[in-house]
Amino acid sequence: MYVSRLARSVLGAFTALVLLVLYFPIAYIARLSVNTAKTYAWPPRGFTLEWWRAAAHASGPRDALVRSLETALLASTIALILGTLASFALTRHRFFGRNVVSLMAVLPIALPGIVTGIALNSGFHRVGVNLSLFTLVVAHATFCIVIVYNNVAARLRRLAPSLEEASADLGADIFQTFGYVTFPLMRSALVAGGLLAFALSFDEIIVTTFTAGAGFETLPLWIFNNMFRPNNLPLVNVVATVVVLLSIVPVYIAQRLSDGVVGATGH
Amino acid sequence: MIGTGLRRRISRVLWRRPRLRLGLLLGGPLVWLLVAYIGSLIALLVTSLYHYQDDPTGLVQHLSTSPSATNYRRLLDQHVYRDVAFRTIGAALTVTVIDLLVALPVAFYIAKLAAPWLRRVLVVAVTMPLWAGYLVKGYAWRAILDPAGGVLHQVFGHSPGFGLSGTTLTLAYLWLPYMIIPIYAGLERLPNSLLEASTDLGAKAATTFARIVLPQLLPSIVAGSIFTFALTLGDFYMNQIVGGTTQFLGNVVYREFSANLPFAAAYATLPIVIMVAYLLGARSTGALEEL
Repeated sequence: MYVSRLARSVLGAFTALVLLVLYFPIAYIARLSVNTAKTYAWPPRGFTLEWWRAAAHASGPRDALVRSLETALLASTIALILGTLASFALTRHRFFGRNVVSLMAVLPIALPGIVTGIALNSGFHRVGVNLSLFTLVVAHATFCIVIVYNNVAARLRRLAPSLEEASADLGADIFQTFGYVTFPLMRSALVAGGLLAFALSFDEIIVTTFTAGAGFETLPLWIFNNMFRPNNLPLVNVVATVVVLLSIVPVYIAQRLSDGVVGATGH
Repeated sequence: MIGTGLRRRISRVLWRRPRLRLGLLLGGPLVWLLVAYIGSLIALLVTSLYHYQDDPTGLVQHLSTSPSATNYRRLLDQHVYRDVAFRTIGAALTVTVIDLLVALPVAFYIAKLAAPWLRRVLVVAVTMPLWAGYLVKGYAWRAILDPAGGVLHQVFGHSPGFGLSGTTLTLAYLWLPYMIIPIYAGLERLPNSLLEASTDLGAKAATTFARIVLPQLLPSIVAGSIFTFALTLGDFYMNQIVGGTTQFLGNVVYREFSANLPFAAAYATLPIVIMVAYLLGARSTGALEEL
């Protein structure tokens, strides 16, 4: 359709403005982490690495970081296994109740986090499991499955089954076909899904509130518990910047991986 | 490692029996989702039928596990809970509309007007902030909205401050990429030839947009709205950070969670009912494949 020059420029300018708004808050916090003043008031002043040094030696954020990494690693590993299995089942097979299963996989992220959180809390309570790292990992894995599932299923749908059939016709058994044909073609989708699941878990706070044991403070919880203490604001700024970096790096890699393979499969 | 002969034999069995193959693939994830998730949802519904009862002495309360609708009756009778529910649903709708209005032109520019290299850059640029710390962004908006020394007040001389509008604005900011991404994907699939045909037949850009683009985009828009709506419906952190004294459904559930779990559970069924109805409606538009 014909879009006038003016309309083009207006839409371009609007997009640029939206991007500016999207990035400003994140950039502002990163800037505050090297601010000499101890408040978040505009405009930021000076430059210092004092807070980064202080954060490196503070035990609170460090312990929280370890807990968050632990949780995200375990949860994304479980999600990777279950999500991949589910994506094969749902893309390669037709069966009764298939729609119900796919709806069920989406439910943990389609329902608000507070519902998922309080439901899992009641569930653990009912079977008499005390809240701990274990319950937190189970909760995170539950909503991470769908992330892996979406990534891998999208790739499997694009992979022509004829490749696998050709492999079988040439005498390969199921495991050889998977190892030599299917797995190499879906590897990057697995990595991308795993990284996204990791980032999602690392960043999560609502479900965490209901499923982490008392005193089990993840990095987002640490930020929340400290952001109303004026003395800790400089430290919060540093920790917040670290959270952004640690979530954005895996996501950036995941993006690159999904892009690269779209070209390789001829789409 | 298992020997080649055994592996071949297993492979043959699996090959001949697609049902067995399906069972092995689906068993793990299905049991996990049924036990951990659906089981928990059922536990939540059962808990919502419990209630606290005054002890005969009147000094302490004890938990009664005989099923009753006490909590639900209290929710319907006390107008404060109705007000909070309507405020939350209203905010969820407002956030969804704001995000839709912002996402449509942005997604259109990225999908149909930007040069191919720029398109790739923009898609990544729009997606990345989504993953960059929910709480970090909430905290950043506290620094932006603060009526005393915040960015908006210092730069523009005015800030909506902490309250319902602050929360709505922050939530719209947080969920915006969720709306842009599916709409972009939908637009990318829409063939340019369709748009050209419409122009050739004499339609103006606005007509083409309203009669060709929008109807085709419906599933994508619904997919995006599931996120913007559901995430707002359940949020309680942003009210604590930028909402002043504003209360959403989530805040009440969170507060009652430690004081009166059955009541919190009963209130939490409201977002479940709303979202299941929303998802069932969304399924008929084909939006679930877009998630």
